[in-house]
Amino acid sequence: MSTTKEVLVDPIFNNNPIALQVLGICSALAVTINMSTTLVMCAAVIFVTTMSNVAVSVVRNRIPTSIRIIVQMTIIASLVIVVDQVLQAVAYDISKSLSVFVGLIITNCIVMGRAEAFAMQNGPYLSALDGLGNALGYSVILIGVALIREPFGAGTLLGFEILPKVTEGGWYVPNGMLLLSPSAFFIIGLFIWAIRAWKTEQVEEAEYEIAPNLQYKEAM
Amino acid sequence: MEALIGLFVRAVFIENMALAFFLGMCTFIAISKKISTAFGLGVAVIVVLAITVPVNNLIYNYLLADGALAWAGFPDVDLSFLGFLSYIGVIAAMVQILEMFLDRFVPVLYNALGVFLPLITVNCAILGASLWMVERDYNFVESTVFGLGCGVGWALAITALAGVREKLKYSDVPEGLRGLGITFISVGLISLCFMSFGGIDI
Repeated sequence: MSTTKEVLVDPIFNNNPIALQVLGICSALAVTINMSTTLVMCAAVIFVTTMSNVAVSVVRNRIPTSIRIIVQMTIIASLVIVVDQVLQAVAYDISKSLSVFVGLIITNCIVMGRAEAFAMQNGPYLSALDGLGNALGYSVILIGVALIREPFGAGTLLGFEILPKVTEGGWYVPNGMLLLSPSAFFIIGLFIWAIRAWKTEQVEEAEYEIAPNLQYKEAM
Repeated sequence: MEALIGLFVRAVFIENMALAFFLGMCTFIAISKKISTAFGLGVAVIVVLAITVPVNNLIYNYLLADGALAWAGFPDVDLSFLGFLSYIGVIAAMVQILEMFLDRFVPVLYNALGVFLPLITVNCAILGASLWMVERDYNFVESTVFGLGCGVGWALAITALAGVREKLKYSDVPEGLRGLGITFISVGLISLCFMSFGGIDI
């Protein structure tokens, strides 16, 4: 049973898709400006990744290798169409504010990457867990970023006021920079630093070591 | 004409695909270690974007949009929900055709771009540009200019990042930030610089 648990839990911190595998950063960062779009995006990605992993894994022995990419693509695109139609019917405002990013789940490298790397070699049950785990790892980072950007950038969380803004008679001066794109890069960079400070085995080797200064006495 | 130049400048600088909308980030981070490969990939993206965006525009306007099938005698049909599937299909097919065409007629370019072409199918910048094009209702000429502009902007951004990273590998970065972490922060700084283009209007 330990393997099933590993497959599910590993991607959340030990082998995080965003922080270590460099997958799925593409469409993700732009939606983290506020929490509600982030949660919807996470739910969509969790659904698509899990289902596509299951579907690909079920048909994996019948796909000729030369056309596997296009088969995976078709499965994923159909799932994303389902998500998009459901969103438009149920939560039209959020679907409008996510705009093209729902469609971009198709090219989200997590979905494609896990289908290719895991679902093509494993059974449906394990693949489902792998998809779920990776999507959760992705969600953890996304929610973390949104948790910093929305309160400090706009003073709200899920639309409720957390830090009363100066313009509305409170005391907090919102940091508008956090609502702009560069801040998402900085926050992810710092997140990676935090995870690697905790899990030191993820630290990358430096290409060039700086030689220790052997003549420090002379320098003094 | 002025509107088209304005659109081009907007697509390259102000609404830069990679730096303002985070599109194509995976390849952007993964293939930006050397200037020469980054530039090759950039050129491939320009070519593919300049072809696929106008082609998707035709497909949307003559096959998928609400009432677009009027010429075939189906004025009430709305196939726009098939959009995602068609665009990604067109992109995958165009990339494949381009690869075969280059292999046969321009082997020099094929050898230079060879490895990157298949990667481009799953590059979000390509699909993203097509989706923006549909959402903003560009016509055929506008979508050609927009596709070209997005490609140039993306190529510019990845070459700039590769230039920074080539120098960065000699510097003494804190342990946890090495590699991926510092790359993200440099992209953030480049993106901050590109924001200063905001407000330029032609």
